[in-house]
Amino acid sequence: MANEQQAPAETKKPAEAKPTKRSLPWLSEAIVPLLAILTAVLIGAVIVFISIPSNKLPAFDLSLYGSRSDWFFSTLPERLRVTLSAFTGLFSGAFGDWSKPSTIPGAISNTLVESTPYILAGLAVAVTFKAGLFNVGAEGQLLMGALGSVAVAAFMPQWFGVASIPAIIHLPAALLAGVLAGAMWGIIPGYLRAKTGAHEVITTIMLNYIALQIMDYLINGVMKDKSATLQRTPFIHENAALPRIISKATDPSLTGGQAYPRLFTTTSSTWDLRIHMGIIIAFVMVGFIWWLMNRTPKGFEIKTVGENPEAARYAGMNITGTVVGAMGISGALAGLAGTSQVVGLEYNLKAVFSSGLGFDSLAIALLAKSNPIAIVPAALFWGALRTGAGAMQINTGISINLINIIQALVIMFIAADQIVRWIYRIKQAEGGKITFNRSWGK
Amino acid sequence: MTANVVPALEVRNITKQFPGVLANDQISFTLLPGEIHAFLGENGAGKSTLMNILYGLYDPDQGEILINGELAKIKNPADAIRLGLGMVHQEYALVDTLTVTENIILGTELRNGPILNAKEASQRVRELSEQYGLAVPPDAIVGDLPVGVQQRVEILKALYRNVNMLILDEPTAVLTPQEADDLFRVMRELADQGKALIFITHKLREVREVADRITVLRRGKVVGGADPKTASEGQLAALMVGRDVVLKVDKTAANPGDAVLKVRNLKLRDDRGLTVLDDVSLDVHAGEVLGIAGVQGNGQTELVEAITGLQHLPTGSIELLGKDITNRPPRSITEQGVAYIPEDRKGTGLVLGYSIRDNLVLSTYYKAPFTKGLTFNDAAIDENAKELIETFDVRTPSATTTAGSLSGGNQQKIIVAREFTRENRLLIASQPTRGIDVGSIEFIHNQIIKQRDAGLAVLLVSAELDEILSLADRVAVMYHGKIVGILPIAEATRERVGLLMAGIQEQPNGK
Repeated sequence: MANEQQAPAETKKPAEAKPTKRSLPWLSEAIVPLLAILTAVLIGAVIVFISIPSNKLPAFDLSLYGSRSDWFFSTLPERLRVTLSAFTGLFSGAFGDWSKPSTIPGAISNTLVESTPYILAGLAVAVTFKAGLFNVGAEGQLLMGALGSVAVAAFMPQWFGVASIPAIIHLPAALLAGVLAGAMWGIIPGYLRAKTGAHEVITTIMLNYIALQIMDYLINGVMKDKSATLQRTPFIHENAALPRIISKATDPSLTGGQAYPRLFTTTSSTWDLRIHMGIIIAFVMVGFIWWLMNRTPKGFEIKTVGENPEAARYAGMNITGTVVGAMGISGALAGLAGTSQVVGLEYNLKAVFSSGLGFDSLAIALLAKSNPIAIVPAALFWGALRTGAGAMQINTGISINLINIIQALVIMFIAADQIVRWIYRIKQAEGGKITFNRSWGK
Repeated sequence: MTANVVPALEVRNITKQFPGVLANDQISFTLLPGEIHAFLGENGAGKSTLMNILYGLYDPDQGEILINGELAKIKNPADAIRLGLGMVHQEYALVDTLTVTENIILGTELRNGPILNAKEASQRVRELSEQYGLAVPPDAIVGDLPVGVQQRVEILKALYRNVNMLILDEPTAVLTPQEADDLFRVMRELADQGKALIFITHKLREVREVADRITVLRRGKVVGGADPKTASEGQLAALMVGRDVVLKVDKTAANPGDAVLKVRNLKLRDDRGLTVLDDVSLDVHAGEVLGIAGVQGNGQTELVEAITGLQHLPTGSIELLGKDITNRPPRSITEQGVAYIPEDRKGTGLVLGYSIRDNLVLSTYYKAPFTKGLTFNDAAIDENAKELIETFDVRTPSATTTAGSLSGGNQQKIIVAREFTRENRLLIASQPTRGIDVGSIEFIHNQIIKQRDAGLAVLLVSAELDEILSLADRVAVMYHGKIVGILPIAEATRERVGLLMAGIQEQPNGK
């Protein structure tokens, strides 16, 4: 048995570590989401193709067509045309009709405006995914943010008994109020989770309802604009508004006498855009969250608690503080999403304010795999679909629900990424499992 | 061996390639009826891959398997069992809430129409258990049984399915020495009645005790066979690692100084109200290794976690260098000079998805030089990684490789590197070498002794008696949450410690 004398050189070689080949890491990360989108759009096309509204097609007539299937096949070209028009309608709604250049700035501006809250709320959810938490409460945090900011933006001069407060104080105060209100709505479930183990999915869902009821109560009560027929707050003070980037001057008869700020004022209808400084704030936040998560000890703690809470505790990290902190940051970002809608876009708070922004943000964070940078394209995609959907329905008569179907399919394919991997024969990357769902069902 | 016996199992040129690793390289061997064939090898030598191929869990890339002289295709465990090949895994596949009989018959229930024929099943179980000397209480709930008995249930489960070959994968890992001896007796009985056994282990002593034939694997290859009667442990170890290893750790006598750690009267109950720590008191002195022996689950984990601040203590006190650290937060205890190798390497000691570089600063990331102002100082973190990978001989393609893709031994070296390079006064090592290769074991043992000689107090917890006996200067034995004896190493014989581990006290012992 002693005939095996080993060359010592062999022991120096790395024994079991697998070689890590990473030429374009972001591409291998992005491939599944991209293919999920592609697949969802293709399935959406098939659905349109099959279910085209009857008024778009020659009616079925037994004397003209031998059977239902003959009718179906003879309408194939027409079906193809309508299907294509649905998607061109979608595109021109989101990015403009490129044969009419004057429609382009407006459409792109609308897409960016639509995407702004998605970016902020998507970031909010992504931060909690990183911490191993599942924050379903972005909706409530967003509403609280909107409430907090509208309270300060619309009523602060009243509190101090002055006609107006300089913008340099009023606008930051409004933003801060929204951020803090959202953060508070995140910290509550965070604290309950860390201290009592109450699952954040349950508590955030409940807090969503509470936030909705509080908002309802306030905008029908002390915060109601008595002069308005709609259930809404008064218009915010012009000094508390985020400037639009380029737009016509406001018509004070439509804004309760307020003249809202613009960086550039124009008289051209082409350049009368809704895009506001919220998008800049959103981009700054993307950078900030990327920096926080990747460059700072606090971000390291959040990620470690998410990846392996046992190891985090062993390494001396403060789990309670980290969980509460992550939920607070998340709530603040969602609150900022609501705030930017109020002080940048709507200028008041209506009963039908959010329409599920906070829930769509879950989908966006999933699509972006919680990567702060990837939140931007994911939110733009979502915003483009939402913006284009309206134009598509008007121009082609295809129901806006097509977009809901496509969005649902995207999420399904992201959540069950094995389906996409199977369809396109993509191998599972080593250790490439998504870990956002650590806390599910715990 | 006589040539005319048809082998129960013959494996020819099995090869299995995983991405980047040739796990099995042209492996051939035979298994004869009535023999115990031991497979010895380090972790990562390819033992588990080979057994998983035999049991139908992996497909070999090449090679053939013959059962009783006939070519066999084993596509899944059901095929394996039908062909007479059973396996007892390290993790038992038992349902805790069912009885022994129910567990054994699960999946192959004897029925009268739709109704379970419990009486006949129970009768068969009893017969089997008598035939092979495998004493089990057929109607006891499995969850209430000791590990050694649960293992017998697993073996019976295989026998109930009429296997004539049995693979035992690291069967002694969780047993007391006495339980292990019982197991060896059962294995011998099975072999005598014609069953063929494959015994996987990395414990050299056991191989020599029970095996008829030894095959040594290294890096996916069969590197040699040995006769257990003639081969020495040193020879076997050399075969396993490809170089001579010093199994006895070279160390001088301890030179103990003042007590660094004073643990007094720790008492703890678990969630169900059962006693976990029963009035535990001990001292660990500078420059000595206090080894805590005991079968796992006798309070060692809780004791260590109490000292490191991970377990809240209702009663008792812990002093480090004269300062009370009872129920202080883990970070504050670490900062006072406590290094800690946790027992669960993958679950606690590392973040497997993180790079080696990040794992190496897991407990110091927040301090200079790794953090500068608000952000990380990448240069310092990279430098730290480079230096520690070099010094602690972590075998990895790069510092950015994830910890999860390394072998157990290299993972453990990351933890050791991280913990040992702080300014420490007390070192707590819990199962520091469990499941890792001999080369890494030797390295880590030497590092522990080096720390001791540098004047640190070392508390070593291990379920491996050999490890305790070769490293410790004093041996404390824990049983049911109690320290049932503390012996100086000179008096700590394998037999004495073994009896204490089983809760048998020779004489009343105060400490």
